[in-house]
Amino acid sequence: MAIASVVHVLLALVCAPLMPGIVIRTKALVAGRIGPPLLQPYFDVLKLLRKSAVYSRTTSGVFRAGPVVGLAALLIATLLVPFGGSAAVLAFPADVVLFAYLLGLARFVTVLAALDTGSSFEGMGASREVTFSALAEPALLLGLAAIACHTSSLSLSPMYAGLGPAAWTQAAAAFAPLAGALLVVFLAENARMPVDDPTTHLELTMIHEVMVLDHSGPDLAFIEYGSALQLWLLGALVVGLVVPVRTGSVWIDGAAAMAGMVALAIVTGLIESSMARLRLLRVPQLLIGASVLSTVALVLMLR
Amino acid sequence: MSTWTDTILVCLVLTGFVLLGSSRLLRHIRIVAAQGVLLALLTLAAHQHALSARVLVLAVTIATLKGAAFPWLLSRVLRTADVRREVEPFVSYNVSLLIGGLTLPVAFWLSARLPLPAPPISSLVVPVAFFTTLLGLFVIVSRRKALTQVLGYLVLENGIYVFGVGLTADVPMVVEFGVLLDVFVAVFVMGIAIFHINREFDHIDADQLAALHDWT
Repeated sequence: MAIASVVHVLLALVCAPLMPGIVIRTKALVAGRIGPPLLQPYFDVLKLLRKSAVYSRTTSGVFRAGPVVGLAALLIATLLVPFGGSAAVLAFPADVVLFAYLLGLARFVTVLAALDTGSSFEGMGASREVTFSALAEPALLLGLAAIACHTSSLSLSPMYAGLGPAAWTQAAAAFAPLAGALLVVFLAENARMPVDDPTTHLELTMIHEVMVLDHSGPDLAFIEYGSALQLWLLGALVVGLVVPVRTGSVWIDGAAAMAGMVALAIVTGLIESSMARLRLLRVPQLLIGASVLSTVALVLMLR
Repeated sequence: MSTWTDTILVCLVLTGFVLLGSSRLLRHIRIVAAQGVLLALLTLAAHQHALSARVLVLAVTIATLKGAAFPWLLSRVLRTADVRREVEPFVSYNVSLLIGGLTLPVAFWLSARLPLPAPPISSLVVPVAFFTTLLGLFVIVSRRKALTQVLGYLVLENGIYVFGVGLTADVPMVVEFGVLLDVFVAVFVMGIAIFHINREFDHIDADQLAALHDWT
């Protein structure tokens, strides 16, 4: 475990809310507005942390545990994700599966908390969230399996360390569909535009946002920070694949990955500005398409 | 060496998936046109070390015929028939995509078991040929519109062509042109047939033609 790994975890913890900030700023600029300051997500989280939480009488301990357990799962997942090719703090065989299911656990407790409120809207949101994430999961796991095949390792750190320029020249035909699949997973899991509109406040069309309507104060702060962290984690997976800079120097690799993250946030903002949300019936098709892209990559790697 | 070939073949597979997932007929036609252009590029890539005038002529013919003539012919039929989308196919788009995703490993498995007389130009050739052929067959049986079925036939033929160009370095030109002429005539005749079906029945749903009616 090098110093760089610890620095990368700190970087993730500190810079994660910057990602939604950049996305919102990009959208505002494209729409011709100035938009909120880049650090607005930090201000929001700090403001919410100072407030006190309000709990409905119909909720139980599940509702209170949801945000805490969700954030804890995402914090553990942060320890597993490599950034810029250098190893993560924790790396052991098959930590890929643990990573996928830590994200799954975070989603599961959010869904439980939403169901615990007894609100019909939140139940609808929970149902949609579970449906779409069940379809996004094969795409993520098959995609990671394809990378695992190429680098013959089942641990995220060596998998991503092996994705240098050499890997791209050797199997670009397989990596290109894989990058597409991971990008779709990134957008879907983070409730981004073609799947879900993060800014909508119409309950009938909301997916992720509707589940957190009843949370307030520090709980909401945990959820907001957790979703920024999830954006960062899945973004790091996409960037680690698309930006194959593996010079060996921690600084150059880290800087390239950081630039990649900023670019990814800008691209997300551009996608959100240029695309309309898909109809709910069309979303499964997009996610199945992503799974198929992952399958293509996996089959090409297995060959 | 075979990077270009591989890229073209993977693009061929991806266009196949787009064909399975989309519902607009005009987009189907464009996808099959793109496949035609990819086949022309594949011909060039297969012979990139011994590029002769023969190969060039063949590639240009394929590109003009499959990339321009067929799409033009079929989109004209589409305009006269005034149909835009494939509504309610026999197999839904999501299930089609899943079946396509399952067909790909099957194609790879099949090709691994197939004894070949000579090594192909790339190890991807045979599986992609199988996949494209099966995909064409699947489109023919799973879609309602006569036009989509013609496109399925074209995709099937594309798969057979990939098999030929990847496996046999040197097919006599007469054979290639003969096949192209056959396909051209077939598409031409089917285009006219669709036109007449549409004029006679006001739709091009092939499943409704299964029963013979006595109109008098």
